[in-house]
Amino acid sequence: MITLRDVRKSYEDEVTIGPVDLQIPTGGITALVGPNGAGKSTLLTMIGRLLGMDDGAIEIAGYDVASTASKDLARIVSILRQENHFITRLTVRQLVGFGRFPYSKGRLTQHCEDTISKAIDFLELTELEHRYLDQLSGGQRQRAYVAMVLCQETDHVLLDEPLNNLDMKHSVQMMRHLKRAATELDRTIIVVLHDINFAGRYADHICAVKDGRVVEFGTPATIMTDEVLTRVFDTEVQVIDGPNGALAVYY
Amino acid sequence: MAEATITRPDRRTPPASGRTTSAFGTPRAHRRYRITLAVLIVLAVGFGFGLLAWDNPMPVGSDGFWRIARMRATSVLVMAIVAICQATATVSFQTATNNRIITPSIMGFESLYVAIQTAAIYFLGVSGLVALTGLPQFVMQVAVMVGLSLLLYGWLLSGRYANLQVMLLVGIIIGGGLGSVSTFMQRLLTPSDFDILTARLFGSVSNADPDYFPVAIPLCVAAAVALWLRARRLNVLTLGRDATNNLGLDHRSEIMKVLFGVSLLMATSTALVGPMTFLGFLVATLAYQISGSADHRHIFPVAILTCFVVLSGAYFIMRNVFYAQGVVSIIIELVGGSVFLVVLLRKGRL
Repeated sequence: MITLRDVRKSYEDEVTIGPVDLQIPTGGITALVGPNGAGKSTLLTMIGRLLGMDDGAIEIAGYDVASTASKDLARIVSILRQENHFITRLTVRQLVGFGRFPYSKGRLTQHCEDTISKAIDFLELTELEHRYLDQLSGGQRQRAYVAMVLCQETDHVLLDEPLNNLDMKHSVQMMRHLKRAATELDRTIIVVLHDINFAGRYADHICAVKDGRVVEFGTPATIMTDEVLTRVFDTEVQVIDGPNGALAVYY
Repeated sequence: MAEATITRPDRRTPPASGRTTSAFGTPRAHRRYRITLAVLIVLAVGFGFGLLAWDNPMPVGSDGFWRIARMRATSVLVMAIVAICQATATVSFQTATNNRIITPSIMGFESLYVAIQTAAIYFLGVSGLVALTGLPQFVMQVAVMVGLSLLLYGWLLSGRYANLQVMLLVGIIIGGGLGSVSTFMQRLLTPSDFDILTARLFGSVSNADPDYFPVAIPLCVAAAVALWLRARRLNVLTLGRDATNNLGLDHRSEIMKVLFGVSLLMATSTALVGPMTFLGFLVATLAYQISGSADHRHIFPVAILTCFVVLSGAYFIMRNVFYAQGVVSIIIELVGGSVFLVVLLRKGRL
């Protein structure tokens, strides 16, 4: 369970986030959706303690994000940002191995090695584990990053636009992996998504953010309606019945 | 030797069946790393011994031989200190700033050294330069350089708008400003004063005074060991700010600690032998190219050994081929720069 209480953040005079009060339930995938600049990523990075808030409190599984030591939080919550650029040349396995740092401080035990192998297998990177990241396609690389945060074995996993720059096939693949991680590995996954239809299909909860505030929170069934989506995205949206549930049409 | 390696269980060699994480991409890279390390050790010992023994008129092992060697040993020791300082500092600095093409000298250490030396001769004449030699003066120079850098880090890396890039830029600007002030003062010197000053401003092993060792060696060893012990944390720092914080390390405080170590090392090296602008950058880049690993535990030894080989090799050649000992930095920049370009062009990436 992640609880945000009266969270605020102001950048300049005009741009402010919050006050946000939100409870994200344990288990499943929660998708953060909303227009550009609404504050989805800011909210996510604040939950992941990469960005300080000006006011309010965030609790993850009962631990206050601001006061809990970072090394302890690293075993409770992991976060993956959108842009990942490393100056060193790493193989997939080396990268995923970094996910064990909160436990091993860089000295990998046999248990760590097993966990690393499991994370790599889970994201179907077994064949590629000794390849360098710069030899992979965008989709494979994105999977390697996700394997790293899964290898961190935290109950809460925060992902900032994991579908960014992925094509249809890899987007679907990624969402299926995340869905499996949520059900098979019992992780609570919070993910920023741009495509509302991905959220409607794979998420268990949708949180709509607009102008720095949470405007809607609920199951896909309650969010995927003409009225709500049109209001949230400021665009004419029609929801029709698709073969796999509601489908938003906005073009 | 070979048998010993095979029979001894090595935790870094993956067992045939299990899947393990190696710091090297392939077993071949691991083998190559060991060979590289061995070659570097042989070269380092060779050049070190060459400096002691070459042109030594007494037979090796006799009393007279060691007496002459002991007099030369000072410069070998200085090279070892400089190698440890420059190599460790540059590798750590590049990791802390997440940038592979800069060197800690741009933070103004060397311009500060030049400014101090120039100001001494400008205001006090040649006697001023003499007054700058001595243990207390050495300690003072190190303290001023470390103080300046701490001021810079403390000011620009704490607070709300902490920014590494801005810190680097301010460092460069301060360095540039100090350089211009020095150049201006040098213009007003008499030619003979200027000549004496120039000799001091070329990085040279012969600038070092054995009297400085009781301070320089502990400083260098302490800072280098501290950074070496943080090697695993440095590995994490290469992932950048967000990933580091995600893994439970406080990025800012890690950076501060690393930069403090770097400034100690750079100040010691610069106060000891003068500016060596290119050396650290050269050996750090070469170390990454030839070691085949991104793990700091493997990079540090290669970088330090490379640094020692480059220094002692350049010194050996200058002394025994060109008979122009003293201006080692010139040959380092000439030959080192060419080697660097060749390696870079052949490999095609940094």
